[in-house]
Amino acid sequence: MELIKKLCNAYGPSGREHAISKLIRSEIQDYCQDVQIDRLGNLIAHRPPASEKKSAKIMFCAHMDEIGVIVTHIDKNGFLRFTRIGGVFPDSTLYQRVQFEHGVIGVIGVETKKETPKPPELNNMFIDIGARNKAEAEKMVTIGDIASFHQEFTSINKRVSAKALDDRIGCYCLIESLKKIKNNKDNLYFVFSVQEEVGLRGARTGAYAIAPQYALAVDVTDTGDTPESPRMDVAVGKGVAIKVKDSSFISNPMINDKLIAYAEKMKIPYQLEILEAGTTDAAIIQLVKEGVVSSVLSIPTRYIHSPNEVCDLDDVQCTIKLLISVAEEGIE
Amino acid sequence: MLKELSEIIGVSGGEEEVREFIKSKIKRSVSEIFEDSYGNLIVKKWKKNLPKIMLAAHMDEVGIVITGIEKDGLLRFKTIGIPSRVLLAKRVVVGKKKICGIIGHKPVHLTKDEDKEKLPEIKDLFIDIGAKTNKIARTLITIGDSGTFDTAFSERDGIIFGKALDNRIGCYILIQLIKTTDLPIYYAFTVQEEAGLRGARIAGYRVSPHIALAVDTTASAEWPLEKDLSQSPQIGKGPVITIADRSVICDTKLVSLLVDTAQENNIKHQFKQPMVGGTDAGPMHLAREGTRSAVVSISARYIHSPLSIASQTDIEEGIKLLACSIQKILGNGDIWN
Repeated sequence: MELIKKLCNAYGPSGREHAISKLIRSEIQDYCQDVQIDRLGNLIAHRPPASEKKSAKIMFCAHMDEIGVIVTHIDKNGFLRFTRIGGVFPDSTLYQRVQFEHGVIGVIGVETKKETPKPPELNNMFIDIGARNKAEAEKMVTIGDIASFHQEFTSINKRVSAKALDDRIGCYCLIESLKKIKNNKDNLYFVFSVQEEVGLRGARTGAYAIAPQYALAVDVTDTGDTPESPRMDVAVGKGVAIKVKDSSFISNPMINDKLIAYAEKMKIPYQLEILEAGTTDAAIIQLVKEGVVSSVLSIPTRYIHSPNEVCDLDDVQCTIKLLISVAEEGIE
Repeated sequence: MLKELSEIIGVSGGEEEVREFIKSKIKRSVSEIFEDSYGNLIVKKWKKNLPKIMLAAHMDEVGIVITGIEKDGLLRFKTIGIPSRVLLAKRVVVGKKKICGIIGHKPVHLTKDEDKEKLPEIKDLFIDIGAKTNKIARTLITIGDSGTFDTAFSERDGIIFGKALDNRIGCYILIQLIKTTDLPIYYAFTVQEEAGLRGARIAGYRVSPHIALAVDTTASAEWPLEKDLSQSPQIGKGPVITIADRSVICDTKLVSLLVDTAQENNIKHQFKQPMVGGTDAGPMHLAREGTRSAVVSISARYIHSPLSIASQTDIEEGIKLLACSIQKILGNGDIWN
């Protein structure tokens, strides 16, 4: 729990993953043969197979970045205009706190003229960093500075609520499985990717460098279990979700059969996921070089891309167990 | 040379004349020039054991493509990168024979009152080349021919006026660097940027550089606004450094290096409005295992229209910024390892 808290509270919007990468590296470096950071900033940990026997090359991937906002203008009174980095929704942004890399905190306000559109767009909003004027604001931030939501992790009953569970909870699953895997059968690469939220960018170059035969992305997915939500057969608390398809990706049925077989053998609760809008790193990894046989393990999560995403720790444990099974017993 | 570069026609997919012109200007300064199957021109001044740095500027410009010839000799067309509201009543040049035409419109005398304030859609526009019949038009034009605005270049007090400044300014900067420096790097003159950043994807894959810099133009935003919003960048205020646009989040070390280099050399610089537009740095930074990438642009008013305006000083300062920055990169292993 303490590690999930650290991961979620850490600052790391797309393109600014340095702090989160440093944190993950310190957690994993004793559990793998080597850890590297590539040119785009992906953190790649290698765990060779336990024996020399024929093994498959597998890439496990979770993205480190979170959505954020970027400063476009500082006005004469010291308010900041901004735009989105990734899928930032106006309704979950208004009146929230945001934090910049060097610690400056701001509150999102909105124009309040009669003509202001209802609901307001991001370009009707501004960040108030408490500056008394432009000169003071310019000492605190510059154009192009990027902020993430500023929201403390908290547990609610047996569930957790935090910003950036998308996809720090996926990073957590990779870290924990890396720590717990005993004798892995296959040749494993754990990729903590950058810039997923702006177009699956890090996973693409990471997969090119590794050229795996198989890939499993670990990411959050939507649920259909809240009042009057769109119909979707995934619920928080009912186990790891094995993705069947999303808007840019169809899982390989042979891997999914294997994942289901391991889940049943280990008595790990699971659900099958069809996500209508949205995708994950797997959508780009599958298309790299000659193609990569891929699937996704998802952690069912409510209120994705808001400052208060919610998921269930039991589902997280299910995901970790299934990852360990795949690593120890082999994907083929 | 800027005049010639601006006036040459080279719409995406039809960059031959620009490419030949560039070749003629640089051939005495380089030993290795390579033209790939897609039309990119790649110049190698790189030397073994040095980091591979590539500068890229796209040769293509926005334009029109002829899609049909009507019975009465009028031409139907589609656009590459030109918004419909800047088309009406403009003079254009189309086809291999450089036929003069005008984007036709009803004269005011024949327009109904309610239509006078309306902007027609592209599908309702046509090009009139003065051909009386379909048969005559066919002797002058083939379907698939491209064309662009017919705009003469001019210059006054260090301000340049012309079409296709996006991105012949970038081409000019690369040509000058090739001719006047010995920087041991790759240069790529790319195709089809305006049609979707296509040439740079292939050039980036082939050269597979450690570091890539796109050299392009960017829309200046200095017109009056009702609200207190960004009016950056502006012409005459120095080369523009991108932090992030829709195609790339620039490498933070490279951005810092560009800013530091500008300050150390007394070069004015400004930042591009974040998350607007895209450049060749988009596909280049995703080539193969990934490439540290950034963008240096020259701001120009009214790009993607018949006439753009830019500052010559910005161009000269851009050349200086790039030359100094590349020297600095070459001397700094930390940035390309």
